[in-house]
Amino acid sequence: MSNGTKFWTWHMAAGVALLFLLGLHMLIMHFGGSVHLFAPHGSEAVSVENSQWRDAHTFFAITYILMLGVGLYHGLYGLRTILLELTLKPAVAKTVTAFLVLVGLGLFGFGSWAAWAAHTIAIAGGKG
Amino acid sequence: MADLHRHDNRLGVWGWLGGGRWGVERYAYILHRVTGLGILLYLLMHTVVTSLRVRGIYLWTDGGFLHQPIFKFGEFLVVAAFAFHAFNGIRLVLVELGFAVGKPIEPVYPYKTSLGVQRPLLIVVMLLAFIFLAVGGYNFLGLAK
Amino acid sequence: MAESNKIVNFHVTRYNPEKDVKPYIQTYKVEVTDGMTVLDGLHWIKEHLDPTLVWRYSCRMGICGSCGMLINGSPTLACNTQISHLGGMDITVGPLPNFEIIRDLVPDLASMFDKHASVKPNIIRDEADLVSRQGEFYQSPEQLEEFLQFTFCIKCGCCMAACPTLATDVRYLGPMPLTALQRYNTDTRDEGFDIRAKIAGGDGGAFSCHYAGECSRVCPKGVDPAKAIQLLKRKLVLDYLHLASKKQPCKKLEGPGHGKLLPNMNPPARTVVQDAPAETNK
Ligand code: SF4
Ligand code: SF4
Ligand code: FES
Repeated sequence: MSNGTKFWTWHMAAGVALLFLLGLHMLIMHFGGSVHLFAPHGSEAVSVENSQWRDAHTFFAITYILMLGVGLYHGLYGLRTILLELTLKPAVAKTVTAFLVLVGLGLFGFGSWAAWAAHTIAIAGGKG
Repeated sequence: MADLHRHDNRLGVWGWLGGGRWGVERYAYILHRVTGLGILLYLLMHTVVTSLRVRGIYLWTDGGFLHQPIFKFGEFLVVAAFAFHAFNGIRLVLVELGFAVGKPIEPVYPYKTSLGVQRPLLIVVMLLAFIFLAVGGYNFLGLAK
Repeated sequence: MAESNKIVNFHVTRYNPEKDVKPYIQTYKVEVTDGMTVLDGLHWIKEHLDPTLVWRYSCRMGICGSCGMLINGSPTLACNTQISHLGGMDITVGPLPNFEIIRDLVPDLASMFDKHASVKPNIIRDEADLVSRQGEFYQSPEQLEEFLQFTFCIKCGCCMAACPTLATDVRYLGPMPLTALQRYNTDTRDEGFDIRAKIAGGDGGAFSCHYAGECSRVCPKGVDPAKAIQLLKRKLVLDYLHLASKKQPCKKLEGPGHGKLLPNMNPPARTVVQDAPAETNK
């Protein structure tokens, strides 16, 4: 076994997870308004009221963080695959990998913080 | 003799595209790359934009900066990219984990390859992606008004 | 000129490392007769028009793997391609892409052979077992068929020329070596899986293949490298997840004839002749 197999296996697993997570996400955000699926206020699923209503639920805060993490891993691994296929010098390849890891961790930290902050704000705001 | 100049005949990124005379799986492969990059770009922007709501900034709602037809259209492209990437991804998972390529066979002319084994799957997932997009697009553009 | 003869334009890539900075196209008018292959066409040019044209070939019958070329944009064997099947009055003939050109139509396949050697394309097994003259390895026809298709490779390099990953990635092992790797991994006499799993799972290994499928489309021997690589990925993933049943290398059967006359050993269906004469050895 080598690391390549490990990362690729999780890349596949992340893809399958995204299929369900993003499928649900898009269902709610685009069709939720008209059928009031997790969107009780009005016909626009992404209105401020509905966004805050979802933010107030821990389930949504957690799935947002989950989606972000899984999505970033799947996407940035894919990007790295494409970049490394350009026959970069080993040092450049290492830098690319390190840079993408940093971008991934940074955005994950920022996004998770925001998702959780929105959660606490929504609860405090009593909009739930 | 040994130090004579060799001409490097590597095709480069153009070789990914294949110069226009290749099979349908090659086009699926290149579209998978392009849509994946597009979705990744969207994810990066989406994360930042939606995070701004913590500061009470909702750029995508009525009157918001992103509530313009051009962004609506851009979003539709992302949905289209997602539809292709997701459904083609189902095929790739099945193929690359060896479920949809068949067993080794005796190579008797005219040769049959694993391409033929997974081709029906390719057709089915592309149809599903198209249906998803047609339904979604109808709804989407309906909501856009 | 016989009546069935026709003139076909051969647009051939030329490159002389002593004179040329880069390759250029030279066009020859070739008198084509029935049954002429692209390789025959090249011979006709050398004989009648231009003795300086260089290419590589040997067997003229699709066995040696020397004459892989880019014919009308597709990598294939020149000796295995009928001019009449190509249709049209213009044929482009170039060296296989994704290799360096030595001269004219001759690619340097050494990079492929080095990669091939690096995947350990040989039976890895306890040395004592291999050198001992006692007994023979037992492998059933079914076990043989698990990899037999992948043994038909003639190392022509057509698949390497077609692969999009190899168009940019010098380090990618490529379809031919990875197919050889899977062929030996599947061989029941072999116990080198762990060694090769490191090679195949590393950078430039099996996961740089994205199933564009070109290798299988162009392979002139029906080897289907894309299939071999996906089966290889499956094995690697199952092994990583500890879901694979550990392969036990096949036993050695001691004593004369033990490898051949096992009871309950059915030959695969396709080798059974339908109207076989009644068996006489009962
Ligand atoms: S797999 Fe096929 S195309 Fe590739 S080297 Fe072997 S015979 Fe040639
Ligand atoms: S299937 Fe894999 S090895 Fe074959 S041409 Fe495509 S990317 Fe290359
Ligand atoms: S000359 Fe041997 S394969 Fe064509």
